[in-house]
Amino acid sequence: MSDASINASTIREDEASFGDYFALLKPRVMSLVVFTAFVGLLAAPVGVHPVIGFCAVLFIAIGGGASGALNMWWDADIDQVMKRTKSRPIPAGKVEAGEALSLGLALSGLSVIMLALATNVLAGAFLAFTIFFYVVVYTMWLKRATPQNIVIGGAAGAFPPVIGWIAATGTMSVEPWLMFALTFMWTPPHFWALALFMRSDYDDAGVPMLTVTHGRRATRVHILAYTVLLAILAIGTAFSGIGGPIYLAVAVVMNALFLLGAWKIFGRNEDDSEEDNFKAERSFFKLSLLYLFLHFGAILLEALLKPYGLGGW
Amino acid sequence: MALNKEHDLHKRRFGRNMGVALLLGSFVVLVLALTIVKVTSNGFQFPQTQGEQD
Repeated sequence: MSDASINASTIREDEASFGDYFALLKPRVMSLVVFTAFVGLLAAPVGVHPVIGFCAVLFIAIGGGASGALNMWWDADIDQVMKRTKSRPIPAGKVEAGEALSLGLALSGLSVIMLALATNVLAGAFLAFTIFFYVVVYTMWLKRATPQNIVIGGAAGAFPPVIGWIAATGTMSVEPWLMFALTFMWTPPHFWALALFMRSDYDDAGVPMLTVTHGRRATRVHILAYTVLLAILAIGTAFSGIGGPIYLAVAVVMNALFLLGAWKIFGRNEDDSEEDNFKAERSFFKLSLLYLFLHFGAILLEALLKPYGLGGW
Repeated sequence: MALNKEHDLHKRRFGRNMGVALLLGSFVVLVLALTIVKVTSNGFQFPQTQGEQD
């Protein structure tokens, strides 16, 4: 069929490119999923064939991407209002909401079945539960219903290392849940810092962020409280099966810096923040990205050095 | 909207088609590699044929 058969009235000037469909999968979130799932897979105490390991990480990432597409389908109305999200493919008018729904459902099914076939059924079931949790429990239900949305939604982002571990071992143990807890406790301070300096976004969209429902002072207190709990957990993990001296050194330094950042945010008021355009909040947010990367990087390093008698205690 | 040969729409559609083709091709290769790994790994047993059962 040639282009001569195209009905000009159905052609859209801003028709989506391949990249627009890829953007539906939230590539930045996917990179975090890939990294933490990879660490979970390699930190497991059993060897995995490289092809199976690659497939496991790939299908966990595709499952994460599918959740992103379903999230964009459901949240298209609020994405249109928020500055941070209005250039996403659906609010930008490049992709129809229905297309995102189809892509999300198809990739969800594909990723769960392929992960179960490539590794084991338990890993596939956990991936299915993660997608369900992120899309139904977080996106459809809690995100617009409670200011604790970020706390509970953080659980979905914390599952990939657990799935990676299960993909390798086929069983459950305490270590992957420590990695889960690390990401789970890290998510609220990370997002609340963002909510402090992207102030009007969540207000405009009517999403009950803590900053909107309980005020900005309460958000600063919450950031500090979660950071203290996170520090205890992160340093305690150093003495588990996935920890070791390298991890301990990283955890001590990074948690000291993170606590200092949270303390600064706690000690500031809105006038201080306005005056320097939320400098402390912005740098805390940037530090939080490095924080998670270095913690998981240290777990990975400990696992990689173990065969040479160097990693772990 | 005039559709000349070099219209941006053609580039986008070509890019999309190439992307889908590459993804499908990669998926086939991946399933093949996975099958080989599974079949050649320890513990895999071919099902008995009718002749062997008798």
